[in-house]
Amino acid sequence: MPRFLLTKFARAMLTILLVMSFAFIVLRLSGDPAQVLLGPDAPQDAVDAFRARWGLNDPLWQQYLAYLRQLAAFDFGVSMRDHSPALQLVMDRVPATLALTVPALMLKICIGIPAGVYAALHRESVADRGVIMLSIFGFTIPSFVLGLVLVLVFAVKLDWLPAGGQDGWHYAILPIATMSIGGIGILARFSRSAMIEVLGQPYIRTAMAKGLPWRDVVWKHALPNAAVPIVTLVGFMVGALIAGAVVVESIFSWPGIGRLIVVSVANRDLAVVQCILLVIAASMVMANLLVDFAYGALDPRLRGAAPGR
Amino acid sequence: MNAILQATGLVQQYTTAKSLFGKPGTVRAVDGVDLTVNPGEVVGIVGESGSGKSTLGRMLLGLEAPFSGRVSYLGRPMPAPRSAEWRRLRAQMQLIFQDPLAALDRRLTVAAQIAEPLDIHRIASGAERQERVAALIHRVGLRPDQARRYPHELSGGQRQRVVIARALASQPRFLVCDEPVSALDVSIQAQVVNLLRDLQEREGLSMVFISHDLKVVRNICDRVAVMYLGRIVEEAPSDRIFADPRHPYTQALVSSVPKAGAGLRGRIILQGEPPNPAARPAGCAFHPRCRIADAACAAKVPALERHDGRLAACLKLQSNQRTAA
Amino acid sequence: MSFVLIRDLKVAFDGVQVLHGIDLEIAPGEAVGLVGESGCGKSVTWLAALGLLPGKAQVRGSVMIEGRELIGAPRAQVEAVRGARIAMIFQDPSSSLNPVHRVGRQICESLRLHRGLRGAAARSQAIALMDMVGIPSAATRIDLYPHEFSGGQCQRLLIAMALAGKPDLLVADEPTTALDATIQAQILDLLSNLRRQTGMAMVFISHDLGAVSAVCDRAAVMYAGRIVEQNDIGRLFDAPRHPYTRGLFDAIPDLDAGRARLHPVPGTVPDPRKLPRGCAFSARCAAASGLCQDHQPELRPQRQGGLLACFHPAQEPAARRQEMLA
Repeated sequence: MPRFLLTKFARAMLTILLVMSFAFIVLRLSGDPAQVLLGPDAPQDAVDAFRARWGLNDPLWQQYLAYLRQLAAFDFGVSMRDHSPALQLVMDRVPATLALTVPALMLKICIGIPAGVYAALHRESVADRGVIMLSIFGFTIPSFVLGLVLVLVFAVKLDWLPAGGQDGWHYAILPIATMSIGGIGILARFSRSAMIEVLGQPYIRTAMAKGLPWRDVVWKHALPNAAVPIVTLVGFMVGALIAGAVVVESIFSWPGIGRLIVVSVANRDLAVVQCILLVIAASMVMANLLVDFAYGALDPRLRGAAPGR
Repeated sequence: MNAILQATGLVQQYTTAKSLFGKPGTVRAVDGVDLTVNPGEVVGIVGESGSGKSTLGRMLLGLEAPFSGRVSYLGRPMPAPRSAEWRRLRAQMQLIFQDPLAALDRRLTVAAQIAEPLDIHRIASGAERQERVAALIHRVGLRPDQARRYPHELSGGQRQRVVIARALASQPRFLVCDEPVSALDVSIQAQVVNLLRDLQEREGLSMVFISHDLKVVRNICDRVAVMYLGRIVEEAPSDRIFADPRHPYTQALVSSVPKAGAGLRGRIILQGEPPNPAARPAGCAFHPRCRIADAACAAKVPALERHDGRLAACLKLQSNQRTAA
Repeated sequence: MSFVLIRDLKVAFDGVQVLHGIDLEIAPGEAVGLVGESGCGKSVTWLAALGLLPGKAQVRGSVMIEGRELIGAPRAQVEAVRGARIAMIFQDPSSSLNPVHRVGRQICESLRLHRGLRGAAARSQAIALMDMVGIPSAATRIDLYPHEFSGGQCQRLLIAMALAGKPDLLVADEPTTALDATIQAQILDLLSNLRRQTGMAMVFISHDLGAVSAVCDRAAVMYAGRIVEQNDIGRLFDAPRHPYTRGLFDAIPDLDAGRARLHPVPGTVPDPRKLPRGCAFSARCAAASGLCQDHQPELRPQRQGGLLACFHPAQEPAARRQEMLA
């Protein structure tokens, strides 16, 4: 087991390293932070001083090595704008993002999966067709359109809810709704097809032939098997908890990670952007690890060596 | 008589990277097989799953390079897979396997499928190509109007006919059939078996016929090799091996074929599981399931030796012969 | 009195009729074979009887078990029959066990359902059942998952599960088709031993005539959704009278015969959407007349015993087979 864990962990670290290296290079090649931060009219010596201060005059590979040394020492740098620690800046924004994404994920799971399973169990019924139609609607409408429509209807026309900002729980309703509707659709669609696939398997027929009540066939035999593919998708969604709110946060001026990344990229605040990417990559990789372990828990065939063979 | 195909000491082994915890192991799917196919001869290979019969078939065709040992075709060594010479040889040796739907391209008509080898091996083009296709369609007993059909519009038996026609298009001299009729219903199976026999006799094809169905093998093969865990345990002319099997495994296999009206009495029921190549027993691989095995069988691997008109690998047979002699 | 009485059972999928009125009786303790090629309706008959067909299937007719109707009965009533009175095992043993549950749990589930056993009592009974069907070291292997067993052992486990409900009838749907020859022999042996021990009736669905003759007392031959001939095993095999039955026998190569040419049944099974008006076999039948093309022969009792649906049955049934063997 420890060896298995170690390989998994090493692979995760390697993934993060690759992401960070890629981000590092792309960011450095795509614009000069000195120009952006100091403005086009900045005096040359101020620009030079800035470049020297941040080591931007060194060759790229030297900058990269310095960056890696920093990372190894768990030093994530400081913002070029106000010199506050980048990690602190990022972490301060995480709760606001999670305040949107976690409830949205809950909604996706609690509505999407049951709707999909219900549709699969009542194939070709009105409810099934309804679920299919709503789910297509859900995942074809881009969130920036949906967000604007919701604002137009509930904030502008009806004036029930605020259009943006963060000043109490009701400010979160529209962003959460915008974020969850697409996910509900995707998850419903996916759960439906996973469930239909499982219901056609020979072991379901065996369970029925045994005389099990239909309820038990569904709960004890079909759902545990359908859970495997569904967990994969939920895993992706968990991985996107931190990164998945960029558009929605921008629409609703929500002060989370998404907004921070937009601002930081625009300002070429390299340390902050890199730090955000690190946090995002880490969360994705963590989610992947969780999915791997969930697989093992759900399906004995996916566990490593079979005991007792 | 010069053999069309000769295999000596064929071994195939695969590395398993199955478990995340354990070390990768090696599995010997085929473990030292010698086989000769003479011109115009049909050699049957029978065995259960895990016996290595399909792997052997692919090696005989050169589709898979053996781990060790060699295959020679018309006295010349089999060229390495995907070499230019190997590609040329494809025209002369063809494979027909169990699932015709998987073997056919579902977007091509029957005529186009059959014409494919003619194009690949630049055998015929234009009017001659069309003529050849029509002749092949006729030869395998399909109707001319079926040339324009797609595989899914045909029945299983008709599809297998298309596969056979395509295999024959390049005028091969050597054919490996891997369970060619196993997916077909009884009444259709007989049609395809007859077709294969007629073609084989008319064109003097040499054939290796791999199957788990002893009755079909009995009907079509001149000589039969029985495989168990990657080795041949008995090899004899078809007439002799079914009427008088000598190796205890062959005896059990022959006895396991249910006969109409015979009931279950007198059948040899083997104990234990089908062979698992990943866990080959020491000594004679069959000894844990064998009725007559003793300590010697667990210790020594029997060689394939001649016993009145056949080859068999069994220590008990060898000692019997010695006492008799 | 018969244990199961099937009368005029009809099944259609999306408007295409695949079963055209099956009449079949199973007496207590009897072993009946159902023979035919793929698509003839031999499995559908029993899946329909037990309500195991998908929802889109339309089932009509009557299936009575000890006088109680199953077709159209409330779901709970049908569920009470499944496993307890009639158990069923299937063709593909490895995928017929739930891959995510331990085999012991799956057997115990049946024991709880049908015998009210729980906990340690269920577990020890499950081990006893595994022993009974010939799983070596059952006590330690009860906690393994299905993928840790071979195909033959999975079929044994399914049989153990079927026995858990002490059924009066075991329907075995091609139980040996997916298995190797020597394992097939083991399973046939096991089934016939179990039947002797428990006295349960058995329906053995198979395309393998040899296997059917080995384990059954009586067999029905099906073609294109109908029973065309039914008789005791001995009579059916010695003197098949329906041209299709004879065609099937003649098509199978004989292990004892030489390299004689086989006698295939010409043509192919008709598409259920385009069945001929009269006898479905008429297009492939050498004996067919105009009558056969226009009229459907009914399954009628014969003077010599057995049931037959043919206008022109073989008269001297044994002669040709003997001549063939000679």
